[in-house]
Amino acid sequence: MAVLRARKTNNEVDQPSSPVLRFGSDKPLKLDAGTLLSPFQIAYQTYGTLNDARSNAILVCHALTGDQHVASTNPVTGKPGWWEVLIGPGKIIDTNRFFVICSNVIGGCLGSTGPASTNPATGKPYGLDLPIITIRDMVRAQQMLIDHFGIEKLFCVLGGSMGGMQVLEWASSYPERVFSALPIATGARHSSQNIAFHEVGRQAVMADPDWHGGKYFEHGKRPEKGLAVARMAAHITYLSEAALHRKFGRNLQDREALTFGFDADFQIESYLRHQGMTFVDRFDANSYLYMTRSMDYFDLAADHGGRLADAFAGTKTRFCLVSFTSDWLFPTEESRSIVHALNAAGASVSFVEIETDRGHDAFLLDEPELFAAINGFIGSAARARGLSS
Amino acid sequence: MNVNFDQRVDLEVVANLIPPQSRVLDVGSGDGSLLELLQDTKQVDGRGLELSQRGVNECVARGLSVIQGDADKDLEFYPDKGFDFVVLSQTLQATRNPKLVLDELLRIGNRAIVSFPNFGHWRVRLSLFVNGRMPVTKDLPYSWYDTPNIHFCTIRDFVNLCDELGATVEKATALDANGQKIGLSMPWWFWNFFGQQAVFLLKR
Repeated sequence: MAVLRARKTNNEVDQPSSPVLRFGSDKPLKLDAGTLLSPFQIAYQTYGTLNDARSNAILVCHALTGDQHVASTNPVTGKPGWWEVLIGPGKIIDTNRFFVICSNVIGGCLGSTGPASTNPATGKPYGLDLPIITIRDMVRAQQMLIDHFGIEKLFCVLGGSMGGMQVLEWASSYPERVFSALPIATGARHSSQNIAFHEVGRQAVMADPDWHGGKYFEHGKRPEKGLAVARMAAHITYLSEAALHRKFGRNLQDREALTFGFDADFQIESYLRHQGMTFVDRFDANSYLYMTRSMDYFDLAADHGGRLADAFAGTKTRFCLVSFTSDWLFPTEESRSIVHALNAAGASVSFVEIETDRGHDAFLLDEPELFAAINGFIGSAARARGLSS
Repeated sequence: MNVNFDQRVDLEVVANLIPPQSRVLDVGSGDGSLLELLQDTKQVDGRGLELSQRGVNECVARGLSVIQGDADKDLEFYPDKGFDFVVLSQTLQATRNPKLVLDELLRIGNRAIVSFPNFGHWRVRLSLFVNGRMPVTKDLPYSWYDTPNIHFCTIRDFVNLCDELGATVEKATALDANGQKIGLSMPWWFWNFFGQQAVFLLKR
């Protein structure tokens, strides 16, 4: 079964079931690592219709393990799109009104060029031969996709977590192409603690003998145990202590008493094991290394002489930032320091902190206050952009 | 909003001081009433800073550009003269360091508009004089131990502070208990006695 699933993921990697845009040797992707990626491809999904003025486009940027299937069934898992609570016909981001674009990031494993993609030079998967991909590289590629649609200025760029980093990078690198920006539960740089958690995850993957120095496909294997452990550790950081305690407490899993062994006695253990196991079914281990690395390298202030406000100097983009009280991966202070920088740059900015005990993952969930803020922000931005309701 | 006026008559007075299409920062923007009024009637480019998270979230849900923050701590992040007007309505008395806050308003805005309840109003004076207790009136309903208004001042106190900070009073208005403007020709002592709230337009 595992082999079948591996093949399935591979099918999405080179020949995704979603639309894909291929760039030949005439249009290489310039990478921060100092090399060119060519040829390369971007897999994407769109929803709704681009208006004649091409002014109603919203770009959604996905998080670490997300993909382009933001508002339609995921071809690998068969589950609904990861932000279907927010995006769709008649929803807060109404696809009857807006043209929504979401692309798989470069380095991902759902159809955009990543470490699992076939390296045309060798005919084998890139593995670790793929240069390190940065958040700015991802955004540079997205920009080429937006060019393909003939869209000069996006009405809005939004995303949470790693998606929020891309939003900030968009607003900083291409301010004239972003009318409004909505970075959620994110930061302008990855903190030391966050890098630490990512390193634990990477080491777990690399410690798995099935990883084979990144060439596992050539050995017909996948480092499932390592990747599952990485996901288990990461998953804890997406929740909060209060939410974990509320959901699981010290409850036992399908048993009356402790077994005095190392089975999953506790519900929380069983839950995490399940999270780890289902993750390896849909995600490529090397891609996980590349994604985590891109976040670690992100430091928008450092790219601008150490002063974050300079990343947004003279911006006309309208910003709305959102954080969650129980998010300890990207605590409110991270958002607040972005807000201060935007204030210093004289930018138009709203900032909402939402009280919830659901931790970092709250941005993916049905949070009425989040939706109210997004609705208000998008609504007023649409009026300012002259988009009819 | 830390003062319980039935109708925020001062908002209208403040709004009348602001020309259309100005860049306005409303410090202590509360539920966003002033920003909304200014956006609807003057098409201003308005921003708000509000302490209460609930107030902020409601403002953003209504499409206003508001951030959560503290007038005592967060004004330092704004650039010099980044706004045409910085408004502080009914909030000065609730700040920890009113002098510093006023100084920041004058730095950030080409002009500052400040409205505040006048603690020199005759009702307040009478209440303290007759009862010998901290005044609790219809408009200042808090007891001394739970009031957010920790730095009350009178109109005269405020004028003195403006002098100290080198601010010029370009316009001043005192409103009586009915929200009516008190005649311009009246001397400061009269305003200080009969003005229930005051609105100042300052420049430095």
